[in-house]
Amino acid sequence: MITGTPKPIEEILEMLEPYDNIILAGCYGCVTVCRVGGDKEVQVLASTVRLAREAAGKKIEIKEVCLERQCDPEYLEPMRPYVEDYQAVLSIACGAGIQFMAEKFARTPLLPGINTGFLGVTERQGEWTERCQGCGDCVLHLTGGICPVTRCAKSLFHGPCGGSVQGICEVSKETKCGWQLIIDRLKALDQMDNYGKIKPYKGWDSSRDGGPRRIIREDMV
Amino acid sequence: MLPCTGRIDEAILLKAFEKGADGVMVIGCLEGDCHYVNGNIRARARVERVYRILEQIDIGPERIRMYNLSAGEGSKFAAFTSEFVEQVVKLGPSPINLARQREAQVS
Repeated sequence: MITGTPKPIEEILEMLEPYDNIILAGCYGCVTVCRVGGDKEVQVLASTVRLAREAAGKKIEIKEVCLERQCDPEYLEPMRPYVEDYQAVLSIACGAGIQFMAEKFARTPLLPGINTGFLGVTERQGEWTERCQGCGDCVLHLTGGICPVTRCAKSLFHGPCGGSVQGICEVSKETKCGWQLIIDRLKALDQMDNYGKIKPYKGWDSSRDGGPRRIIREDMV
Repeated sequence: MLPCTGRIDEAILLKAFEKGADGVMVIGCLEGDCHYVNGNIRARARVERVYRILEQIDIGPERIRMYNLSAGEGSKFAAFTSEFVEQVVKLGPSPINLARQREAQVS
């Protein structure tokens, strides 16, 4: 899922300073699962903002909505009839959802209520870790299902660097060496022959290096 | 009507302040004695989150507090309630109610 963290309330209040009626829009997608932008978070943030603004003597009207997804056009359309009745939209979806809404509602300012994180997994309630950088050229079948692009701080492709000590990465004591994880897993799978294979040059043009990406599935268009 | 403090979430607690409460006390069953296993533990975590929110927006975190009591502790309930009411009276009206009073005077 796409993860995120709430923006500090001071930052949100500062963004909202010029406005006195807004839409606060959540999303039932990833941000609901990682408890940062769903229906509950909409209710809590709306109450928090209303309380802060009223205490400061500058009331704000907030329309609370939560869309099925903010990254699909059909779920944004129901907002169209009323979006311009409000001065701005504060969205607590991921950066993709916020930008898509901004594109669809060109005359309404869009404000981000969260900081979007990464493509990750839930380790336990309240803890998420990164697993995928969307490089566009998956090699997990060769690396025991552990991604060298994401799990190695240097995104190396042929084993650990000199900064790997007893399975820990030099970047942080909290970070396991991605390549140590890969080797341990390949040994467990009896697939160490994959480690010995010389991998050809990885083209990064399918990753972010080629600029904003587009996928066109001719069979679906 | 809530069957368990575990049903309370942050939005409900904040709504009470929006409705004009000067203070909110949440009373759950004794820890380890929840009919729904850990509803009161969840409630405590949510009260703590609201505590931090109220602190951040200068409403005053001491306006919310969670207590744990059994149904048989009537005198303790009365004592906790008196203690909390005294605390809220000392704090005075919440900044929301002060703002509303100012607005009413102006209009």
